[in-house]
Amino acid sequence: MKLSLGRWLLPVYAVLALLFLMVPIVYTFIFSFNDSQKSNITWRGFTLDKWLNVCNVQNGAVCEAFGNSLIIGAVATVAATALGTMIAIAIVRYRFRFRSGVSLLLFLPMATPEVVLGAGLAAQFLSVGVPKDMVTIILAHTMFCISFVVVTVKARVASLDPALEEAGRDLYGSPGQVFLRITFPLLLPGILAAALLSFALSFDDFIITNFNSGAVTTFPKYIYISASRGIPAEANVVASAVFILALVIVVSAQVSAAARAKRLAKSG
Amino acid sequence: MTTSAFAAQGADLELVGIQKRFPGFTAIEHLDLKIPAGSFFALLGPSGCGKTTTLRLVAGLEEPTAGRILIGGKDITGQKPYQRPVNTVFQSYALFPHMTVLENVAFGLRRRRIDDPVAKAHEALRLVELDHLAARKPQQLSGGQQQRVALARAIVNRPALLLLDEPLGALDLKLRRQMQLELKTIQEEVGLTFLHVTHDQEEAMTMADTVAVMNKGRIEQMGAPEELYELPKTAFVANFLGQSNLFTGPVVGITSDAIAVAIAGQKIVVPAARAHRHTGEVTIGIRPEKLSLHLSAPADDHARNTMGPGRVIDVSFSGVSTQYLITVPHVGTLIVFAQNMAFGPVAEEGGEVWVSWDIKHGFGLEDEPADTPRFEADTTTRSIAAQRRASLITELEEV
Repeated sequence: MKLSLGRWLLPVYAVLALLFLMVPIVYTFIFSFNDSQKSNITWRGFTLDKWLNVCNVQNGAVCEAFGNSLIIGAVATVAATALGTMIAIAIVRYRFRFRSGVSLLLFLPMATPEVVLGAGLAAQFLSVGVPKDMVTIILAHTMFCISFVVVTVKARVASLDPALEEAGRDLYGSPGQVFLRITFPLLLPGILAAALLSFALSFDDFIITNFNSGAVTTFPKYIYISASRGIPAEANVVASAVFILALVIVVSAQVSAAARAKRLAKSG
Repeated sequence: MTTSAFAAQGADLELVGIQKRFPGFTAIEHLDLKIPAGSFFALLGPSGCGKTTTLRLVAGLEEPTAGRILIGGKDITGQKPYQRPVNTVFQSYALFPHMTVLENVAFGLRRRRIDDPVAKAHEALRLVELDHLAARKPQQLSGGQQQRVALARAIVNRPALLLLDEPLGALDLKLRRQMQLELKTIQEEVGLTFLHVTHDQEEAMTMADTVAVMNKGRIEQMGAPEELYELPKTAFVANFLGQSNLFTGPVVGITSDAIAVAIAGQKIVVPAARAHRHTGEVTIGIRPEKLSLHLSAPADDHARNTMGPGRVIDVSFSGVSTQYLITVPHVGTLIVFAQNMAFGPVAEEGGEVWVSWDIKHGFGLEDEPADTPRFEADTTTRSIAAQRRASLITELEEV
């Protein structure tokens, strides 16, 4: 009996844990098809209306919030990835004054509670007299994303053999060409990972955004506000769409990587 | 294969008064060096002697603290690495992992906008017999293949000067010997000037036309391998390039063509032309393979130096030859390499022996005897063990 208990315990536990994680997602997905009226809590029947007319309710508030989040995420990601990559290369490659100080300061945004960071930033913007809008959100997101980019890219730079860049220079590559053709392609996996991480962090950030957004509504902020009076099914539609898109991207990346490995194994 | 397409002319390399200081230490004291066009030149030395720094200075990857670098008579000291007509085969090969073998080889051609880089890259790959692997990525190749790609990537540019930074260091012994031969052949085919840095004295001697032995940021001696081996100028060269038996003593007689040195009461004669110092305390030496072993005192012979009797403290058989370690009272330990002309060792361990050598084979060093080690710092475990044992035996005898 003991043996069979041990044999069953792990799968049962795993299934329960998975269910616990999946149920809210599945619930969100299913209720995006609910023919809801004011609130989206009770099931009123299946409809595709919400998917087809996602931008038509509340004067398109859901779509506007989603669009804001996309813009903020994209701009903050590009800025943070570019700046963070440069900082990471500088920290690994060069010895300069306050180098260790810079490394330490970069860790602070990750270690500081978001509430403190958000409130602190809001106070700074207020005292300088900057009106809170998209720009302040982007600045705030860029700031905390840089830390994550530096940490991710730094590991990649450290593992890069300096002899490769020297070989590039030796083979008649100017500094710009060496960076474009050797350094950058070799750092690219790290830079892409950092960019994805930045976008994810920016897209679902609520606390810091809420302090620095003023009248601008991002998608997480929209959900938070509407949660008190019933989230419309359109929010479920957007959330489900994002989830499915992410799933498709991950699966296709895995499949193509597996196919490439198979091809390499065959030719090797 | 048409080698004519590659037959670019090599160029002279000249280093004038080069000095290189890093924070905290001086890598190169003062270096003057001239490497003639088309030669295969080896910089030989232990790690930390400044040989790799010299190479990096020529490549432009480091800047000299003082001095000038000239290639083909043109001063390139201030030029950036990508402006110099020089290519390097790196110790780690430094092949670009994200490019195919072909793209690696074509890289330099594309940067200089040379016509038809792909065809030229294929030609270079054919030279190293790797054209069939052109589409692979470097990580799919073996160490020896990667080494050859690195070589092809450098010579395809027809540099005036090719720098090789211990390019064979990572290969196993058999492959290393094979690649040595191949490198030498390719050098002769393409006619470029090769500057090869290595700590492997055998590699330097088999491959190079000229060897410069470097020590502590200076060149100790430079010349053809045979010349360096047969007539070393300093104790460092005598011991770094092969092994030597060295003795120190006062000059007690001199004629027009020879000097006599008193070593532990015995007169040892060295040709005057082969001795750098003719008065006072001098250090003289003889190579281990030039020594003959005798089981009884040899008859007096004016053409030969004799030493003995001594005791055999170690016999080690290595196939083609046998190495004997012999202690001679008041002289020290001698190494003798004897060809295995008969079956089994000639002398037994613990036996009494004499050694002799042709007067013509001795050499006299330039060094001040004070800083000459009596016995070279041979760090093979076998000789360390033998030396331990020798010192233990003398210790026991003293008690």
